[in-house]
Amino acid sequence: MCLGIPGKIVRWINHDPTFAKAEIEFAGVRREIHMACVPEASVGDYVVVHAGIAICILDEAEAAKTLADLKSIEELSDEIP
Amino acid sequence: MKYLDEFRDGRASQSLLEKIRQRVTRPWVLMDVCGGQTHSLVRYGIERELAGQVELIHGPGCPVCVTSTELIDFAVALAMQPDTIVASFGDMIRVPGSDQSLMQARSCGGRLKIVYTPIDAIALAQRNPDSQIVFLAVGFETTTPSTALAVLQATQLGLQNFSIVPAHVRVLPAMETIMQLPENRVEGFLAAGHVCSITGYDVYESFVAKHRVPVVVTGFEPVDLLEGILQAVTLLEAGKAVIENRYSRNVQRHGNPNAQALIDRVYEIDDRDWRGFGTISGGGYRLRDEYAQMDACRKFARLLPPSARKDSECRGADVMSGKIKPKQCPAFGKTCSPESPLGAPMVSSEGACAAYYRFDPITIEARQ
Ligand code: SF4
Repeated sequence: MCLGIPGKIVRWINHDPTFAKAEIEFAGVRREIHMACVPEASVGDYVVVHAGIAICILDEAEAAKTLADLKSIEELSDEIP
Repeated sequence: MKYLDEFRDGRASQSLLEKIRQRVTRPWVLMDVCGGQTHSLVRYGIERELAGQVELIHGPGCPVCVTSTELIDFAVALAMQPDTIVASFGDMIRVPGSDQSLMQARSCGGRLKIVYTPIDAIALAQRNPDSQIVFLAVGFETTTPSTALAVLQATQLGLQNFSIVPAHVRVLPAMETIMQLPENRVEGFLAAGHVCSITGYDVYESFVAKHRVPVVVTGFEPVDLLEGILQAVTLLEAGKAVIENRYSRNVQRHGNPNAQALIDRVYEIDDRDWRGFGTISGGGYRLRDEYAQMDACRKFARLLPPSARKDSECRGADVMSGKIKPKQCPAFGKTCSPESPLGAPMVSSEGACAAYYRFDPITIEARQ
């Protein structure tokens, strides 16, 4: 029930505080999503969408860091015979 | 899909599994709080892989499952009303009430519309001005902002035919309840990632200090979960009870302040009946009085099953424990009377509220 899907902001439709909307792309499919919780997001940002609204901006630098940490874990386990 | 597939990588999962196995010196018991995580743990075979080393107990993390029978009965009763349409997330419609599920109600002529977002229910209300649209607002903190937004939008649009059944639940009080169960075996928690996207993780600091258990915020993909388990096990082996965030791409320390403000504007924290747990103090949200006209539990109070009426404005428990006098209950004599009682003390002729209603001179005078 709490699942959220990451999608990329293609364009803002409006910036109204209550009715804010943007077009978000999910693997090639575009949808209109409510943006009241992430008014500061910019085109090109990724947001996590749950129940039709964006609940947070995805921090791409943090994602890259996590993936880099994973790489080093993998390499480490490769070294262990 | 970007930011999903990388976190489903099989090779990374294998390395993490190995690392967890190396680190564990005795079996540990972790609880995953969120149903979405439970789903992934089972689907990707993680709990099987770790059997004997890390036992995963699946917490009460499914808002659908913890919604009380009474609220389902209420939704069913609403759906059976003429000119009323119940709008619901798809996962709610099969949940059994005491007689029927929403799905069964539909086959008996009840009107039900499945929506993907509560905001779709607003469009439904606009398209059907002659019907009452009632959205069954269930979910954790992850979902609460979406229904708060729907309430705000409906208010701004001046919609008279839109309301919600406020049934949102809060995760942290449920974790408190679990820690206090005499049979509790949980040694560490995987906290629900998207709930924390909203609330932040600083809210767990006092919990961790009080119960001396580590809490690790984790995501939903197998790599996220394994990272979370690895971190939890590392903390347990080191004897450290702290809160750590292993879902840093989507969770910030203080959460999303815009979403919190949205919730706070529309809802206030309230006690809530959790199916299977009983009443959890602070375990859910109710609509603020400014939005009372959007609260289906108040608007259609006459349809509430008697036992669910405590979810409405009834202060029966406070009356019966002597905390307040019946007349101090805001509903007394207004939305609550012996003809249309909101709670047991008004139903029974021996109830304190009914007694005051009948016999208190000031109340009688006010009525005339
Ligand atoms: S007056 Fe009615 S609503 Fe208030 S406590 Fe008594 S029974 Fe409940």
